[in-house]
Amino acid sequence: MIVETQVVSVPTKKKAKRMNNTAAAFLHNPKAMTGLVIFLIFVLVAIFAPLIAPYDPQSTQFAPLQSPSAAHWFGTTNTGQDIFSQFIWGTQTSMIVGVGAAVVSTLVAFLVGVYGGLRGGVADSILNSLSNIFLVMPGLALLILIESYIKNTTPLLNGLIIALTGWAWGARVFRSAAMSIANRDFIVAARLSGAGSLRIMFAEILPNMTSLIASNLIYACLGAIMAEAGLAYLGFENVASNSWGTILFWAQNGGAMMGGAWWWFVPPGVAIAIVGTSLALMNYAIDQITNPRLRVQKRKKARVAGRA
Amino acid sequence: MRYFLNRLGFLIVSIWAALTLNFILPRLMPGNPAEIMLAKFQGRMPPQALHAFELQFGFSNKPMITQYFNYLGSMLTGHWGLSYTYYPTSVQTIISGSLPWTLGLLGIVWVIAVTFGTFTGIFIAWRRGGFLDSVTPIITMFFQSIPQFWLALVLVYSLSFSMNLFPMAHGYGNSVTMGWNFPFVSSVVYHAILPAVVIFLGSVSGWIVGMRNNMMMTLGEDYIVFAEAKGVPTRRLIFNYAARNAMLPQITSIAIALSTIIGGQILIEQVFSYPGIGFQLTSAVSGEDYPLIQGMFLIIAVTTLLINFVVDMIYGRLDPRVRRRGATS
Repeated sequence: MIVETQVVSVPTKKKAKRMNNTAAAFLHNPKAMTGLVIFLIFVLVAIFAPLIAPYDPQSTQFAPLQSPSAAHWFGTTNTGQDIFSQFIWGTQTSMIVGVGAAVVSTLVAFLVGVYGGLRGGVADSILNSLSNIFLVMPGLALLILIESYIKNTTPLLNGLIIALTGWAWGARVFRSAAMSIANRDFIVAARLSGAGSLRIMFAEILPNMTSLIASNLIYACLGAIMAEAGLAYLGFENVASNSWGTILFWAQNGGAMMGGAWWWFVPPGVAIAIVGTSLALMNYAIDQITNPRLRVQKRKKARVAGRA
Repeated sequence: MRYFLNRLGFLIVSIWAALTLNFILPRLMPGNPAEIMLAKFQGRMPPQALHAFELQFGFSNKPMITQYFNYLGSMLTGHWGLSYTYYPTSVQTIISGSLPWTLGLLGIVWVIAVTFGTFTGIFIAWRRGGFLDSVTPIITMFFQSIPQFWLALVLVYSLSFSMNLFPMAHGYGNSVTMGWNFPFVSSVVYHAILPAVVIFLGSVSGWIVGMRNNMMMTLGEDYIVFAEAKGVPTRRLIFNYAARNAMLPQITSIAIALSTIIGGQILIEQVFSYPGIGFQLTSAVSGEDYPLIQGMFLIIAVTTLLINFVVDMIYGRLDPRVRRRGATS
């Protein structure tokens, strides 16, 4: 979903044609399609969560610790909550956090990286050191440090914090890409015609980086979903919120291990793994389509293989 | 030498950044930790104690800049304060008690995972197009998408709870006394197996695929083709010609993966109640033990930065091109 919107937003006709080819290649790639379809299913579940979830996720009206049955597909918790309903609402949370954090952190990464790469000089040195520092800081430890001062955060706030601390890798990638095209004719022309930095960045450079942006969005989305689940599992999120991580938190603290309630902690992890795999499949396909180095490598590989 | 100074400068700047973050964050938030502590000890603590805590934290009515330099001074001279939870144990004592657990577990598993992954990657790249080659990327994708702490939960449930093969939690058994005796050491090893397996499974596939891709690139180089043509024995060709060069990017990956791996470690330690830094950090947060939180974050950050520095140094030794370029990246 994210990928499509990025690929389609192209200003000029000539570029649009090339981009459509990329989009077409993406849609004809079986790996990409598998990933996209799986991801869209989760998006649909997220959108229609209120209709799909059979019960109120927080309601404690059922018998505790029931194993999965027709009435409770994923069983119930030790306080008698329906885990399937929690799971569906958690899907909505994870999708919003994942996609939202991906967009925010990619935007920050793009602004920091491309601005530095285009400008060069002191501004670039400062921004580059800043992203290098953020890159080597242990991410989760930093998140935990921040969480220790803000109590009971909501999933959305967590998503925002994750995005604002996790943009460094993208900034580095965008910076080197921007540096490689900073002196191309069309950038110089745009600059001479009086276009401002922002205009150059979004109208001239952005269309040339769609694949980088797409793969950055994908990585950031996966990273945010994982980080949010981890934080919630550690209990650094409002424990009354509905998210996959919170289910795991309650499973750990509600004695799912000792009570043999495997149905309690298995669904969220499997869901994260499936969403993650779908994102990885899309990313793999984008790499295959847009990275000429991989294509060259294949030809060479065939040559050497033929000889061996 | 210039490369060394460059990296050293970055190390110092980033450690300074970590220290400063530690200073700024509590001051950005409403209320200060000392007040939170006072509220927590409701009435059991005289007002003078609040003042003492504020001093210890560097919160005072002095101008911010003075506070900042006082704070930097006490951090650099090793006055990291006292833990509230384990009062009056100093933060350093708790750190030195838990750091070896984390570094020991992480270090050993890491060396195994990188070595195993690298050799498997070499093997797969040499037999490219084979069964392993086509299956590995998919398995890797799946394993990298599984949250490691969840994998840990599943293993604890299936192997420890259901089958009773491994202990469910902690770093060593209750019945042994700490020290260099056989029961203690074997208990530590026994308790470390499951966390180690989780860390290994979570990281090894990345090293395999990374090495495979690097090997593929290198095997396509002309000098490899030439070496093969002039009749270099296969084993020598793989290891001395191709793998040696293909391994370089792996070393950079170590630095990049470090932050993720340490994050994963924090979560895994929580699952196993493993007595390392990560577990201490999360318990400190639940206990609102601010000096300990700050100390833990600082030690995690400094360790990460130091390892990064060492990796950079090794890389500089192995690849002279980096040294000459001055590596501004």
